[in-house]
Amino acid sequence: MNPSKFFHIKRKVTSVIMMSLSLVATLIALVPLVFIFYYTISKGISYLNIDFFIAMPKPVGETGGGMANAIAGTLLLIGIGGVIGIPVGVMTGTYLSEFGNNKFGSVVRFLTDVLSGVPSIVVGVVAYTLVVIPMKHFSALAGGIALGILMIPTITRTTEEMIKLVPHSLREAGLALGIPKWKTTILIVLKTAWKGIATGILLGLSRAAGETAPLLFTALGNRFWSTKVGQPIASLSVYIYDYAKAPFEDWNQQAWTAALVLMLMISILSLTFRIVTRSKYKTK
Amino acid sequence: MDIKISVKNLEAFYGKNKVLKNISIDIPRNKVVAIIGPSGCGKSTFLRCLNRMHEVIGGTITGSIQVDGEDLTKTDPVLLRKRLGMVFQKPNPFPTMSIFNNVAAGLRFNGVRNKKILTPIVERSLKQAALWDEVKDNLDDSGVNISGGQQQRLCIARTLAVDPEVILMDEPASALDPISTSKIEELIFELKKNYTIVIVTHNMQQAARVSDSTAFFYMGELIEYDKTTKIFTNPANKQTEDYVTGRFG
Amino acid sequence: MQANTKQTEHKRNIFLKKIFGSQNFGDLIFERLTLLFAVFVFLLVILMGYEMYIGSKISIEKFGWSFLTNSVWDPVQEIYGALPIIYGTVVSSFLALILSVPLSIGIAIFLSELSPGWLEKPLSFLVELLAGIPSVVYGLWGIFVLVPWIRNDVEPFLSERLGFLPFFRGAPYGFGMLAAVLILSIMVLPIVASISRDILKSVPQSQREAALALGATRWQSTKIVLKDARSGIFGATMLGLGRAVGETMAVTMVIGNRALISPSLFDPAYTMASVIANEFSEATSDMYLSALIQLALVLFVITIFINAFAKLLVWSMERKLGTR
Repeated sequence: MNPSKFFHIKRKVTSVIMMSLSLVATLIALVPLVFIFYYTISKGISYLNIDFFIAMPKPVGETGGGMANAIAGTLLLIGIGGVIGIPVGVMTGTYLSEFGNNKFGSVVRFLTDVLSGVPSIVVGVVAYTLVVIPMKHFSALAGGIALGILMIPTITRTTEEMIKLVPHSLREAGLALGIPKWKTTILIVLKTAWKGIATGILLGLSRAAGETAPLLFTALGNRFWSTKVGQPIASLSVYIYDYAKAPFEDWNQQAWTAALVLMLMISILSLTFRIVTRSKYKTK
Repeated sequence: MDIKISVKNLEAFYGKNKVLKNISIDIPRNKVVAIIGPSGCGKSTFLRCLNRMHEVIGGTITGSIQVDGEDLTKTDPVLLRKRLGMVFQKPNPFPTMSIFNNVAAGLRFNGVRNKKILTPIVERSLKQAALWDEVKDNLDDSGVNISGGQQQRLCIARTLAVDPEVILMDEPASALDPISTSKIEELIFELKKNYTIVIVTHNMQQAARVSDSTAFFYMGELIEYDKTTKIFTNPANKQTEDYVTGRFG
Repeated sequence: MQANTKQTEHKRNIFLKKIFGSQNFGDLIFERLTLLFAVFVFLLVILMGYEMYIGSKISIEKFGWSFLTNSVWDPVQEIYGALPIIYGTVVSSFLALILSVPLSIGIAIFLSELSPGWLEKPLSFLVELLAGIPSVVYGLWGIFVLVPWIRNDVEPFLSERLGFLPFFRGAPYGFGMLAAVLILSIMVLPIVASISRDILKSVPQSQREAALALGATRWQSTKIVLKDARSGIFGATMLGLGRAVGETMAVTMVIGNRALISPSLFDPAYTMASVIANEFSEATSDMYLSALIQLALVLFVITIFINAFAKLLVWSMERKLGTR
């Protein structure tokens, strides 16, 4: 076999090996995903009954009970977060895509990226100094504000991207009809992009529902039913943390169920987001 | 006439879409064949079938393509592409490589790394591409720090360095200014002495200037193929006549 | 009738133009309104830095640089040296990167260069799903599945075969640096992989065509693409690092939460994020709180730098390739 033919075969073999390795890497990555889903489903499903959703937690040591207060708490927290995160995110995203091609726009875009990289626990510390200290106690408000701040970068980015996907020709059609720019943006552009924006918001909300660290010293937690904004409040994520650490097997089980509920919510919303944003426009 | 490439009953598909219908054409050795036709008529696809680049985006073909009597579909595409080189519409030098390494890229892929061997080949290729004088003192500069016209000649040098037999050109000058364009056309004139050239172009004046024979494609079919002078002065087919006189396309 | 309204509208526009310099009142309000929110974001980030600085002032004043170099973290005696904690963060993050980055690049190559469209989309979705799992769920899985496995299988195995190395000494407790590194690498993997995949995809197809047309093999063409994309991929790695550094719940649930510096992976450790998570709500004194806020400030600054650097890398790559 002459040397150039040998080299040629070596090249081909190398190519096949390297490309196969990349497939192997992908399969390896999927292993933990499968494991986590498998364990969460198999361990969580046994306690997934109606009680989980409507019953209150039992006192320490007693088995049974549910996480009604935690579910309500999580909903309230992401609600408060949404009140801050959604308007700020959507408006900032709109600003960036419509008017943001200048120096200030670049700065804001940069800061939004910075904000998205800040660890959630740091945001919790800020919420503590901004809300808990002046109020002199922990509260759902503080937790909600922390979550709201966390939501801003994702909602901003999604809004900007969804608006950018709207074809320029639609905008031109509106302007050519004599409709002023602001009306074109709201009535035509946003109206076309709203599905993507809405699902992006839902996705942001569900991710916020999974946040634990910032709540540990803002909303703190609560063994009882409470929907008071100014008082500490329970949440699914913190309960998972508390129950996982606890020495009671019953509690450990409930942690798995809570995890299952959270994962289901996030997975369904992720899938929905993918479908909605794919069917409208051909991306890439 | 000495035939370099013989295409018989070529049909090309992207998925279920048939984009080339029953193309049969003989490409003569050391001559320039121009392929003209309106947008979407399949001329670029045809070119890519010749060096099996259509496969990169999932195309399939039926029919036969033979180079010097050898069936193309039975050859390893990697080896095939050394015999049929390709120059693209938009210059695509490798931005992470120097001018020298860009020209040498094809050889380096093949394991030839010895600078002693590469240097004369790089010089020869750059001279053939009429770029040597302009870059000979800057061979270590990045391949993208030169003008568009120069980048395209760099890509031609890169193609020439692997010593192909055929050069396939897909609208090589359409992204360039008129002066660079005429430089490329002069180049083609020189190159055909040693290479067989197939050039796809939407510029009919260019086709008339540089080619020996011209093929007119329309909607995936080969409508007419003849000496260039005949196609442009007295075409046999009415569609050809309509196209070259500018009535459509 | 129409002519009249058109006339009044026209007059009004001229009037507004004289005052605001803009043709349409609505446009102006809209722009100003959205600008307001953008300014809010701008101020928010600055406010965050400021608040943390103020909060950590007394700690900074008392400890100065020794905060970062002292290795004693003793809330009881009110001595706060964060060195072992910073050590824990740095080591766990870097080791996690070492494990996950090669895999991530492999995944990115597969998704961008190799897999057919119908396969790539669902696979990409699965990778992104991995990124969406809440940290606390990772931690839960870590406590009940990963740690027992490490304690019962991995650590004894490593102890037996490689126990002569200082990295694998000590009792197989399960909880500790090894668990944290493993869980962090799983968490960082999807981020680096999906960003790298996007980066590879953004390399123009003409680069691959140029290589293939010269007779390159698939892998050689991919190497060209990787070379073109290298600063972007480095940027993706930085973003992964940023995530690892700030990761809280999963880490604190498996790392053992003890502030000590040890070469052994079997030993427990402590990270900045874990300290804050564990001790913040129990901080009894102003100095204690201030020290914890100072840790948060350190984290804030580190992640800002890492992310800014990452953005710079991606941006420079896009410029080079002319894709921006």
